[in-house]
Amino acid sequence: MGKQYETVIGLEVHVELATKTKIFCGCSTAFGGAPNTHTCPVCTGMPGTLPVLNKQVLEYAVSVGLAANCEITRYSKFDRKNYFYPDNPQNYQISQLYLPICQNGYVEIETEDGVKRIGIHEIHMEEDAGKLIHDEWEDCTLVDYNRSGVPLIEIVSEPDMRNAQEVIAYLEKLRLLIQYLGASDCKLQEGSMRADVNLSVREAGTERLGTRTEMKNLNSFRAITRAIEGERERQIELLESGEEVVQETRRWDDTKGCSYAMRSKEDAQDYRYFPDPDLPPVRIEEAWLEKLRAALPEFRTEKIERYRREYDIPDYDIEILTGSKRLADLFEETVSLCREPKKVSNWLMGETMRLLKEKGMEPEELAFSPAHLAALIEMTDKKEINGTVAKEVFEVMFETDTDPRRYVEEKGLKTVNDTAALQKILEKVIADNPQSVEDYRNGKQKALGFLVGQTMKAMQGKADPALVNQMLREML
Amino acid sequence: MKIMEMTALELGKAVREKEIAAKEALEAVFRVIEKKEERLNCYVTLDREGAFERARKLQERLSQGMEAGPLAGVPVAVKDNLCTKGMRTTCSSRMLENFVPCYTAEAVRRLEEAGALIVGKTNMDEFAMGSTTETSAFGATRNPWQEEHVPGGSSGGSAAAVAAGARFLGSDTGGSIRQPASFCGVVGMKPTYGTVSRYGLIAYGSSLDQIGPLGRNVADCAALLELISTWDKKDSTSIDRKDTDFTSALTEGIRGMRIGLPKDYFTEGLAPQVKRSVLAAAELLKERGAEIEEFDLRLVEYAIPAYYTIASAEASSNLERFDGVKYGLRAEDANGLHDMYKKTRSRGFGEEVKRRIMLGSFVLSSGYYDAYYLKALKVKALIKRAFDEAFAKYDVILGPVAPTSAPRLGESLCDPLKMYLGDIYTISANLAGLPGISVPCGLDEEGLPIGMQLLGNCFEEKKLIRTAYAYEKARGAFAVCGEVG
Amino acid sequence: MANIISDETIEYVGILAKLELSEQEKEQAKKDMGRMLDYIDKLGELDTEGVEPMSHVFPVENVLREDTVTNTDVREELLANAPGEKDGMFMAPRTFE
Repeated sequence: MGKQYETVIGLEVHVELATKTKIFCGCSTAFGGAPNTHTCPVCTGMPGTLPVLNKQVLEYAVSVGLAANCEITRYSKFDRKNYFYPDNPQNYQISQLYLPICQNGYVEIETEDGVKRIGIHEIHMEEDAGKLIHDEWEDCTLVDYNRSGVPLIEIVSEPDMRNAQEVIAYLEKLRLLIQYLGASDCKLQEGSMRADVNLSVREAGTERLGTRTEMKNLNSFRAITRAIEGERERQIELLESGEEVVQETRRWDDTKGCSYAMRSKEDAQDYRYFPDPDLPPVRIEEAWLEKLRAALPEFRTEKIERYRREYDIPDYDIEILTGSKRLADLFEETVSLCREPKKVSNWLMGETMRLLKEKGMEPEELAFSPAHLAALIEMTDKKEINGTVAKEVFEVMFETDTDPRRYVEEKGLKTVNDTAALQKILEKVIADNPQSVEDYRNGKQKALGFLVGQTMKAMQGKADPALVNQMLREML
Repeated sequence: MKIMEMTALELGKAVREKEIAAKEALEAVFRVIEKKEERLNCYVTLDREGAFERARKLQERLSQGMEAGPLAGVPVAVKDNLCTKGMRTTCSSRMLENFVPCYTAEAVRRLEEAGALIVGKTNMDEFAMGSTTETSAFGATRNPWQEEHVPGGSSGGSAAAVAAGARFLGSDTGGSIRQPASFCGVVGMKPTYGTVSRYGLIAYGSSLDQIGPLGRNVADCAALLELISTWDKKDSTSIDRKDTDFTSALTEGIRGMRIGLPKDYFTEGLAPQVKRSVLAAAELLKERGAEIEEFDLRLVEYAIPAYYTIASAEASSNLERFDGVKYGLRAEDANGLHDMYKKTRSRGFGEEVKRRIMLGSFVLSSGYYDAYYLKALKVKALIKRAFDEAFAKYDVILGPVAPTSAPRLGESLCDPLKMYLGDIYTISANLAGLPGISVPCGLDEEGLPIGMQLLGNCFEEKKLIRTAYAYEKARGAFAVCGEVG
Repeated sequence: MANIISDETIEYVGILAKLELSEQEKEQAKKDMGRMLDYIDKLGELDTEGVEPMSHVFPVENVLREDTVTNTDVREELLANAPGEKDGMFMAPRTFE
C-alpha cells in the first residue's frame, strides 16, 4: 500500500469593503460606470498626489477583526508593496505588512467531523487594482482604473485546514460574519470576495510542512474544491516520482480543470516593502474600540437563539433564514410589518428558495422589499387574492420589486367575491357539464374538482376556490 | 520706489491700491528675464501669455472694486516639480517633458489665491536629485554672480532667478532650498515638515520633502511662507498649526536669544572663507544682544549616509509610477510590457536619477532592508534626539549652509559622493523635520556669495525669522549682482 | 572597497527598478553603488540597539477622511497625457498570454 498524505491548506481571502468611496480618495466605488469615470489624479497615480485614509475602511476592518476574535493592533502602519504592473497605477500597492490592523484571531467552523477552530494569522487593509482588458484589434492591454483604490481587507488564515470541505465551511463562515457586519456583500462570482489557496502535502503523521504553492483565480466554491483536489494530486504525484514541489504561484483554469505556474523572469517576487511615508500611523484608542464593539450586530448564533425564543417557526427554517444576512433581514423586517412569522417564513423558505434556485441566484441578491412581501401576505389573508394569484404576483415582485397592490389592481387579479356574479357562472358551468354533475351526484368526488376547475377557468382564476367549492356543493 | 526694489507685500499693496498696474509689475520682471535668461537658463517654461492674461483679469477685478489678496499682481516663479494645472510640469526630466497636470499643487494654489501671477517654472536638478542643477535634462542653470559656476541645487533655477533680479519669489521644495540660496546670495527657507502641503509636489523623498520660499530678503520669505502654510486635508502629513503668522516675527529684538554654534560644523572640511564669514555673522548677532555658545551637536557625519539611504529608497518607490502607461515618455520600439518599462525608464531618466533608483531599490531589497533601510531610520531617530537635546539649550543653531561657495560647472558631477558630502550641514534638518533658513553673509575672494544657516526647533520658524531679520538689518544691504531692472 | 557589487546584483536590481543599463553603465553602477554602500556602512558604527526606527518624524496619527463621494468624472483630463488611449482607457503593451 502506498503512502498516506495529508493536505495542509491556508487561505488568503480578499474582501472588497462596502464603502461608498475608495480607500485613499473620494472616488465612488459603485459598479458599472464607464471605464475610468470613477477615477481621479490620486487613484490613477498622477505625480504629486497623496493618499488620505477613508475612516469607514478602518472601522470595517476593525469590526471584522473583532468578529473574528482578533487582537486589534493599537499602533498600525501602511506599507508600500512595490511591483510593476499596469493595473497598479503607482506601481506600488499600499498595503500593510509589518503592523497589520488585526492579528491572532480565529473562527469556528462546523463540518461532518464536528466543530473546529481555524486560526486567523492577520487581517490587513489594502487597495484593489484596476482592470485589464485585452484588446484583440490592437493586440494590447487597455486599463480601466475604476476599481483601482477600492478598499480591500485581506484575511490570512493559519494553515489549519485539511480538506476542501473545511475550506468551504471556513469561507462560508467568514462570508456570513462579514455580511452580518454589512462590511461587504462577499460575492465570489463578482469578485467582492476572492480566495487564494495555499496548499502543501505531507506524509500523514509527520509534523514538518511541505513546500506550498499558492493558487489564484478561484471564483466559485466549485472551482475551489476542484482546484484543491487537483493541486493535492499534482503535488503527491511529484513527490511519488521523486520530484520536488516548487514554491510558486499558480493560476487555476476551471474550464480545463488544471493549474499552471505564473512564472516570469521579470517577476522577482521581491516587493521591497517599507512604511509608506505619505500615510501617518493609525493608533486605536480603547474608547473608540469600545464604541465599535458595542455597535457590533447580533451574529448568527445569537440570532438563532432569539428566533427560537421569539418566533414559532421550525428549527430548520431558522437555520436557513439566519444562514444569510439578507434573508434574516427580510424575515425580520417583514414580520415587523405584518406580525405573521410563520407565513413570512413560508414565503421565504418556499417560493423564494424555489425561485433563487431556478435563477441560480444568491439570497444576497434578493431585491424585493419587506413592505411588498407584507402587503402580499395581507392580501392573501384577507382573501383579496387567492393562492395561485399570490404566487404569480410574487414572481413579478421577486423580479422587479413591484408593489403587489398596484400590480393586482392594474391586472385586475382581485378575487371576485360577488356571489351573485359567481352564482351566474356556476349555473352556466352546471348547465354545460351535465355528465360531471351526474357523476358527482352518483358519489364521484373527483367530479366536483373538475367543476371547480371549470369555474376558476371561467373566472380567469380570480375566484376564491373555497367559496366556489362551498357554493357548488350547495347548488348540487 | 522701483518695482524691482519693492518687497512682495509692498508691491502687492501698490497693485491693490492701483498705484502700479499688475501689467507693469509683469513687464518689469519680463524685461529682466529677457535680458538674462538666454545666458542663465533659470526657467524650463515661461508662460508670458498666460501671465499677462491673468494680470488683465486681476486688473479687471480690481477696477470693479473687488477684493484681492496680499500678493495681488506679484510675479512669482515656481519650481518645476510643483504641478500647475494647464502648465507643463517636467521636474527637469525627459520623462515628463510634455506632462501637463490637470491639478495645481496646493502651495501654488494658495499663491494664486493670494493674487500672485505665476510667470513660469524654474529649472532644477532632475527630480530634485542633485546639488548643482546640472542634472536637469534641459541644461544647467548658471550662477548669475559668476556664470561659470553652478547656482547650487536642486532649486538652482529658482535661486538664480531671484538673484538675477527676476523678482520676486520662487516657491520651492526640499532640503535644496538653502544651499542654492546660499550660492546665489538670496534668502531661502525650509519650514518644519508638514507646514506646507505637499499635495501636487512631485515626490522625491516623501518623508524629507518640504516646500519653502526663496526670496531676496527675509521679509519676502516670511510673507510667502505665511501665505503657503496650510493644514491641507489632501496631505495626511500636513499639520494643523495655529502659529503661521510668520510676518509678525519680523522684529529686530534678539536680546537674550540663545544661539548655539555646533563645533562639528566648523571642522577642516569647511572652507576658511566660509568659516570666517559665518563666525563674523555670529559676532554681529552677539553685538545685537544674542548669547553665542559653542557646543557638540554629535552624529553630524552620520546624517549623509542616513539621508541618502532613506531618500534613495523613497525615491525608488516614488518614481516607479513613471512607466510609460499613464503619462510622460513611452518607448515605442519596445517588445512587450517589461521591455517597454525598461526602455522608457532608461531613456526618460538621467544618470543621477538612475543611480539613486538603483541604490534605493537595493537597500530595500530582500536581505538588505534591515541592514540598510531600517538602520538608517534608527539613525534618523538618534539624530532627531541629538537635535532635541540641542534645542533644550539653544533657541537656534547657527552654522554654514555649505562647506564652500558655488563650485564651477562640471566639477561636482564627476564625483557623486563628493557632491553628496556638500550637503552635510543642510540635510540633518530634513531628517529631523526642522526648519532652517539661509541668509547671505559675505562674498569670497572670487566674488561668490556665502550663506549662513540658522536651524530652529520644530514649529519655531518665528525664532529663525526674528534672528535672520535682525541679522539682515545689522548686516545692511547685501551686494546685488548685476543691475536690477 | 568593502562592498563588491556583482554582475548578478546589478542585473537583479535592474529587474526590480525596471532599468536597462548598457555594459558601460553597469560597470559604472557597480562602482558607484559599491562606494555608496561603503559610505553607508558607516552607520554600522552606531549602536542602535533598542532604537525605534523613525519612519515618520512627528507623532501625527489617525488622519482620516469621511466616506463621502467628493470626486466627479474627470476622465478626459486624466487621459489627456496618456501616450496611448482607446475607448476611455489607458493603452499598455499586452499583458495577456
